[in-house]
Amino acid sequence: MTFESLVFDFFAAVLLWSAAMVVVIRNPVKAALFLVLAFVSAASIWMLAEAEFLAIVLVLVYVGAVMVLFLFVVMMIDVNLAALKQGFRAYLPLGGVVALLMVVEIALVVGPARFGLHKVPAPAPLPSHYDNTRALGTLLYTTYVYPFEIAAALLLVAIVAAIALTMRRRPETKYQDPSRQVNVRAQDRVRLVKMPAERRG
Amino acid sequence: MGVVSTVLGGFPAWSQILAWDLIKIGAIVVPLMLSVAYLTFIERKVIGYMQVRVGPNRVGPRGWLQPIADGLKLLLKEIVVPTGSNKILFVLAPVLAIMPALVAWSVVPFTSHWVLANINAGLLFVLAVTSMGVYGVVVAGWASNSKYAFLGSLRSAAQIVAYEIAMGFALVGVLMAAGTLNLRRIALEQAGGFWHWLVWPLFPLFLVYFISGVAETNRLPFDVAEGESEIVAGFHVEYSGMTFALFFLAEYANMILLSALTTVLFLGGWLPPLDVAPFTWLPPLAWFLVKVSAVLFLYLWLRATFPRYRYDQIMRLGWKVLIPVTLVWISVMGVVMTFTPWGFLFSR
Repeated sequence: MTFESLVFDFFAAVLLWSAAMVVVIRNPVKAALFLVLAFVSAASIWMLAEAEFLAIVLVLVYVGAVMVLFLFVVMMIDVNLAALKQGFRAYLPLGGVVALLMVVEIALVVGPARFGLHKVPAPAPLPSHYDNTRALGTLLYTTYVYPFEIAAALLLVAIVAAIALTMRRRPETKYQDPSRQVNVRAQDRVRLVKMPAERRG
Repeated sequence: MGVVSTVLGGFPAWSQILAWDLIKIGAIVVPLMLSVAYLTFIERKVIGYMQVRVGPNRVGPRGWLQPIADGLKLLLKEIVVPTGSNKILFVLAPVLAIMPALVAWSVVPFTSHWVLANINAGLLFVLAVTSMGVYGVVVAGWASNSKYAFLGSLRSAAQIVAYEIAMGFALVGVLMAAGTLNLRRIALEQAGGFWHWLVWPLFPLFLVYFISGVAETNRLPFDVAEGESEIVAGFHVEYSGMTFALFFLAEYANMILLSALTTVLFLGGWLPPLDVAPFTWLPPLAWFLVKVSAVLFLYLWLRATFPRYRYDQIMRLGWKVLIPVTLVWISVMGVVMTFTPWGFLFSR
């Protein structure tokens, strides 16, 4: 057993455990935190497979941004656990069938018949100066430039749509106009009135 | 490595590598922690003099033992875990805060030879690791079971996500000018005198990077996550003793880290401003420390000068000022470097 396989076993165990906890644990905030742990473990495994760009981007995008927003939302909503558990019995058969189907599908795609070592040879270890990031960038902007740009445009459309859906004029809300706030001068707000002192009668 | 290999000669190879790496990590973390301790002292002194008072001067000669006394006091204090809080997460939060602040140091080049891990994607690694720092704050606020702490953590989460985008874009400019993500090579690209430093062609990005750095470390004038006049002490209101000290250590270690990164990315790292005699007498490490100290002084200066931002103004600055500035400057750089003969302005 080499050192690498020991590291892999460790991170794989943490990944499986945390992924299971995401589903099993009751508290949604803890579930989100376990999902973070799962992402970090997956990134470590990718790092072990010399895919350092993907590993770092997984941490940067999912752990550093997406899950923070997720936690933000999950922390603010008050989840009623009793209401969540209510339909458990009724939905169990349907959910079980869907889950089973998904397991079968995944097994068909990445099962030993298609994904074993005899099908995909182990990649040769690359020299230490090999730049994963540069290689990926070159591929994305030359060979796959059209799919890449189309995906980018789709994401932009999705962002615009999401903002358009949530942006409503609310006349009752007070808005601040920073330029007016900055431009205001003391004489606009305060009027100094000169009055003679009262004469004692 | 000579002494170490004679001591460890009989052990297997992997344990020798491990021991050697642990020694190097210690050689980074111990001076870092000392710098953090004395940064708090210097901060109080600098702000004191800026406000025409003396600052701490009672413990030891001229107050130099003040941080040691503070540390001892925090070590000996009781750690109070509030009722109704989530015990495990409450204790885990300070650890989550300090972990990224220390991990990111692994790729910072101190001189052209002194770097723990000289990795190709160093810049990305730093960005990814520092983006994990927000979890300490968020988890602390939630686990404390306190409204003030919770409000502080929500503010911090929104603020850090907003400023991280501006910071990332500023780093894209550095990447375009230097043509590499390796921190050591980015610094070496700026060799040959101070006019080659990236701070000049990327001046708007330098400003954006520095401002978002201040915001990411929750320092004044962006420290709404603490906001003691509005939400008591924000996310760490329930923390005491060593757990509080860990948040404190993380904040100052992050400050030093961002100053070191600013130095490496924009100010030529360990390189002297001129490659002639009086400037080259100082060793590279000394130049690095001088530049880091200069940037750190800016942090303290800001704190003594500005009042705290209002929360909506922070968001406005992040989304409507800093991000457009970086986008415009990146576009200008791209057009100039690709379509005009003046590309030498931005990269060699």
